[in-house]
Amino acid sequence: MANNNAPYHRSPRWTVSWIFIAVAIACVPFADLSITTYDPWAELSRLFGGLLQPSLVAVEKPFVALLQTLAFALLGVTAGSVIGFGLAQLFHLRGVRIVCACIRAVHELFWALIFLQIFGLHPLTGLLAIGLPYAATFAKVYAEILEEGDRRSYDLVRQRAGPISAFFYARLPDLWQHFVTYTGYRLECGLRSSAVLGFVGLPTLGYYLSTAFLEGAYSEVWALLILFYLVIASLRYWLRPKLLPIYLLGAPFVIANDSEIAVENITRFFTEDIVPLPLRNAEGLPGLWHWFADLFVTEALPGIVSTLLLTQLALILTGVIAMLWFPLISTLFFNRFGRLFGHLFLVIMRSTPEYILAFILLTLWGPSMLPAVIALSLHNGAIIAHLMGRHSDTLALRVDAITGINRYSYEVVPRLYNQFLAFLFYRWEIIQRETAILGILGITTLGFYIDSAIQDIRLDRAMVLIAITAALNVGIDALSGSIRSRLRLSSEPQQIDADSTGR
Amino acid sequence: MLSLVSANASYQDRIVLADITLHIPAGQKVALIGRSGAGKTTLLKLLYEQRPKEIALVPQDYGLVSSLSLFHNVYMGQLGRQPTWYNLLNLIKPLKKPVAEVRAVLKQVQLNDKCFEPIAQLSGGQQQRAAIARALMQDGSICCADEPVSSLDEQQSMLVLKVLCQRFETVVLAMHDIDLALKYCDRIVGLNGGRITLDAPTKKMSRFDLLEIYGE
Repeated sequence: MANNNAPYHRSPRWTVSWIFIAVAIACVPFADLSITTYDPWAELSRLFGGLLQPSLVAVEKPFVALLQTLAFALLGVTAGSVIGFGLAQLFHLRGVRIVCACIRAVHELFWALIFLQIFGLHPLTGLLAIGLPYAATFAKVYAEILEEGDRRSYDLVRQRAGPISAFFYARLPDLWQHFVTYTGYRLECGLRSSAVLGFVGLPTLGYYLSTAFLEGAYSEVWALLILFYLVIASLRYWLRPKLLPIYLLGAPFVIANDSEIAVENITRFFTEDIVPLPLRNAEGLPGLWHWFADLFVTEALPGIVSTLLLTQLALILTGVIAMLWFPLISTLFFNRFGRLFGHLFLVIMRSTPEYILAFILLTLWGPSMLPAVIALSLHNGAIIAHLMGRHSDTLALRVDAITGINRYSYEVVPRLYNQFLAFLFYRWEIIQRETAILGILGITTLGFYIDSAIQDIRLDRAMVLIAITAALNVGIDALSGSIRSRLRLSSEPQQIDADSTGR
Repeated sequence: MLSLVSANASYQDRIVLADITLHIPAGQKVALIGRSGAGKTTLLKLLYEQRPKEIALVPQDYGLVSSLSLFHNVYMGQLGRQPTWYNLLNLIKPLKKPVAEVRAVLKQVQLNDKCFEPIAQLSGGQQQRAAIARALMQDGSICCADEPVSSLDEQQSMLVLKVLCQRFETVVLAMHDIDLALKYCDRIVGLNGGRITLDAPTKKMSRFDLLEIYGE
């Protein structure tokens, strides 16, 4: 790729990296990074003091909360994967791709806020809040898996056999493991989503966690978190394909409650609540335009600006953290014992939902962008560090390769940088989506305005703001996609410049 | 009968086949010979595309599903003959009748003992025979096979070619091995640089003539 005639050639990856760092630095003066609480460190030390004596005694029905979290996640993700699998077969249709992109662009917490208005606390709210965006994501990823799979035997068999037989014999068997792996990964995400849904009122872990936290009952906070880590860490022991039907049969009974779906609520939502106010008052198009312009200038625009500020800052810090942390689990840097701690640390960091992390930091430090940036970076940085660490194990260094910091900077980072950027750009869109929802906690991103509009029962405004948030996300996704393809970034492991490393 | 008249083929800008006219009447056993890159695979593909639903194909890369068992891969030869529900049932639980049929075919290519092993665990030569067994499982009277014995030893090669020639009325084989071509085919078509440079009945030819032009 490098031009040998040029005296010194900057790679485009290098340039892009610096552009993003420069943008983030330029964002700093405009971002509110202050700590506003009185004596935040004392509160933090009280929090960690609670770690020494976790207690479940005072938590109201903690195991019930855990069961609810599991049940919502299992049912939501299963429904999402089944629907997504169907949609993946239709993913060549432009319409399906667009609808999926729009659904995916709205975070599951926003979906929960919407469905709460329609179905109240009926279990359907939680199921749809997880199932709908997950179905759209499954559709996209399953379609990619199908696309990348080997078609040769399918094409051969398809000449004579019907499409279903050919698919099940010549396509699915080889791709099955990819589907299972990805679905398993998404179930872990689903558990986090399900826990977080408690923050908007569903009876999952987040509900009890926020209550315990606001009461300053830190022992209970830790107990709940540790319970959650244990569930995620033991996932592969209890989540057996053979047990899945039993779980799925039991789950509906766990999430069932006595709230009923009111048809008038649904009708009102669609025919009144989300209809823009000027239209309800018959003010016509000029009224609508005025209403929209006002909403856009006073709420959407400031929301967009701070969402983007926060996103760019969090993105760069995520990258820094990933770069610092990935050696913790790499065979190239630490022995078995050291890596064990590395794994434990990264599992905790990536299993803690960023929303919960932000909630904790925000309560300790007061509402500013600082806790949000740190929460997003810790969580996302740990995820990327985990992936990079795993890939670093596949690198084959020469036998006499240097060690320590020199190995890190000369042998490993140059080889992983390509993937690192790919992962980071994949996370960009996710970070932006998460940034928006952190507004619910009081940071003035788009979610703040959406949540306020819902609190004021001005759902028409909320829907417009959610649509704007989604559009922003689709835009970032497209930008990230075009950068990835322009830089030819791939998340697959690769040995670049193998000739120059003496392999 | 398969026929091509003045057929051409090219990949990107490279011409692979030029002005090919070839008629293969039913009942003939034809060997396509030529060095690598002469266009054998492409010619075979053109012939196959004439009647894809009637021709049993053995592709050079076998086209096997590596995570399925040998049994299922061979059974795939009769997917088109069975209703979909039957195929799906047989995928989950191998049924008695297909198992017996597949075993019979596997016996012919000496793979009977591997029936339920995953394809990925078979050796290269065993995989090649699996692809041939799948072709034997298909109906129709024509077989197109691309280097069907490239990974087999001499004894197995002869066995496989004999089985193919018995089972199918018309056979088109792309081959490297001139001795085998002479032994099992009654017509030799030689390719060189994308053109047919030889087309004659086997009996008129000697091994030595062919080696000079087409041997490797």
